[in-house]
Amino acid sequence: MAVAVQGAPSQGSRDREPRPGLVQRLKLSYSKHWYAYAMVAPVVVVLGVLVGYPLGRGIYLTLTNANSLNVGRQIGVNHIPDSFDFVGLHNYADVLWGPGSYDRLWSHLIWTVLWTVLCVGLHYSIGLGLAMLMNQKLRGRTTYRMLLILPWAVPTFVTVFSWRLMLSDSGVVNTALGFLHLPQPSWLSDPLASKAAAVIVNTWCGVPFMMVSLLGGLQSIPAELYEAAEMDGATAWQRFRYVTLPGLRTVSSTVVLLGVIWTFNQFAIIFLLLGDGSPDAQILVTWAYRLGFGQQPRAYAESATYGVLLLSILVVFTSFYRRWQVRNEGNA
Amino acid sequence: MSVTTELPTPVPQAQPAAAPRRRARGERGPALTALLHGLLTVASLIALFPVLWIAWISLGPDKTDYLHPGQILGKMSLGNYGFVLQHTDFLTWFGNSMLVAIGTTVFAVLVAATTGYAVSRMRFPGHRQLMWTLLLTQMFPIAVVIVPMYTILSSLDLLDSYLGLILTYSGTIVPYCAWLMKGYFDTIPVEIDEAGRVDGLSPFGTFWRLIMPLARPGLAVAAFYSFLTAWAEVPFASTFMLSSDKYTLAVGLQTYISEHDAQWHLMAATSVLIALPAALFFYLVQKHLVTGLTAGAAKS
Repeated sequence: MAVAVQGAPSQGSRDREPRPGLVQRLKLSYSKHWYAYAMVAPVVVVLGVLVGYPLGRGIYLTLTNANSLNVGRQIGVNHIPDSFDFVGLHNYADVLWGPGSYDRLWSHLIWTVLWTVLCVGLHYSIGLGLAMLMNQKLRGRTTYRMLLILPWAVPTFVTVFSWRLMLSDSGVVNTALGFLHLPQPSWLSDPLASKAAAVIVNTWCGVPFMMVSLLGGLQSIPAELYEAAEMDGATAWQRFRYVTLPGLRTVSSTVVLLGVIWTFNQFAIIFLLLGDGSPDAQILVTWAYRLGFGQQPRAYAESATYGVLLLSILVVFTSFYRRWQVRNEGNA
Repeated sequence: MSVTTELPTPVPQAQPAAAPRRRARGERGPALTALLHGLLTVASLIALFPVLWIAWISLGPDKTDYLHPGQILGKMSLGNYGFVLQHTDFLTWFGNSMLVAIGTTVFAVLVAATTGYAVSRMRFPGHRQLMWTLLLTQMFPIAVVIVPMYTILSSLDLLDSYLGLILTYSGTIVPYCAWLMKGYFDTIPVEIDEAGRVDGLSPFGTFWRLIMPLARPGLAVAAFYSFLTAWAEVPFASTFMLSSDKYTLAVGLQTYISEHDAQWHLMAATSVLIALPAALFFYLVQKHLVTGLTAGAAKS
């Protein structure tokens, strides 16, 4: 990082000194920025080494035909060098419109988008509902909060394991359904039911985060706004629509964006809940992981290609989202 | 299924409905209070049930007991716990997980705090790009990075080592925590920094001795998030930890299935043991959660 040279005078919030000469100013801002850079340096180094380099290397791999048979590796004391070839954009062409690309990519993409929309929608609406319930003056509010956050406090693989037992063919959920004379799908293998199961479990796991974030947002809306709205004769719905929702906008836009990113890349829940069963319910991330690690030979290049496609989808989505957000704020 | 479909209904009822009787603002009729309690109780039960369920299964001594939960009542025992603690590698894995999780928490929170502070207070060239990059790293799907990460860790000789795993986790955790911390620092008035500077503290001194103590709720949330993520992470740990004495719990639990031919009762007991420290830690920080998280979200 070319720290010193770029240390141009900036509109720092705390330059209160009388304007010194140019050299002096450069020195000043250099010393100021020196602190800033020292403080962000660990992040830049860690991310550069552990995320930046792997990403670059991953992108490079997508342009080759690397798999676990031709990638360099160490066997005992012998080092076997890389022997894969550069194939250009062939992987992308193959994944996007090669033979069988519908089954391999597009069907999973459609399901991934559907999965993201469903999960984030459920997270948000249930989380908001619960947050609004908890924002009332209520006896035992702390107890409710501790109980409701529980799905977040317990590690995912533990709760997912519990759900697996509950959803297994003769587990408690199907027993209950049988008791009510409802159909008892095999949740972990039937294509449609396993998708439903994944959405249910992910919703269960993700609601507490939304709830806590939105609860904080609700608490930051001044009570006077509600009073004023009530004086003006606003109905409960109008208060919700014109006071609560706008008051939550900043919190919402952040948690929805994070929710979309996290859900789109949600790996653990589907991987642990469904394992290798039910290929139809795999979202793109688990599908790519399966190509890269769950089969022999491991198709590194193809797996990385899926990864890069996923990343680009998210980047495009995020930039549109941010733009839309900025425009909305401009209008408001 | 009756379980989840009941949940979305609370949304419209959340605001107190207009009661015919004249009443002070914020007051509710008894019926509405009962309704609120009812909805919250149902939601709490749904949140609680899977956790209780696995604790209940773990008490049954037989591996098919999860199919007949009713029969557990007659033959409850803590035998599974005894077996797991004495006859498996549980304690080793537990130690490994603890080490990795605590190491990650300390490192990630420190790094995230310095970054968050720098971005919140100092307008250095590139701070905007830095925040954008941090958000971007949240989008990296695991499939792109896991293979190259494996390569780089092996060339740095960090494969199968605690440090390697700690650094990997920090790489995934720090970006979110830095956002969180930046949001929290933004809520602390700049005047405090200025007062510190006037009294002769260096920028580092201001950060460390004035701002860090004030940011405790934010730090608690970041620590909570880091600890839980590191404690419960599966794919990286199962790819990078190769020898069984280095396994973390999440990896250990998986080998356990094949090793014991899917003995669900033992797995259930192990799961409960895994969940305990996380839950404990969680309840230590939970009173800070609401303030800490929201500051992060509201000010981004």
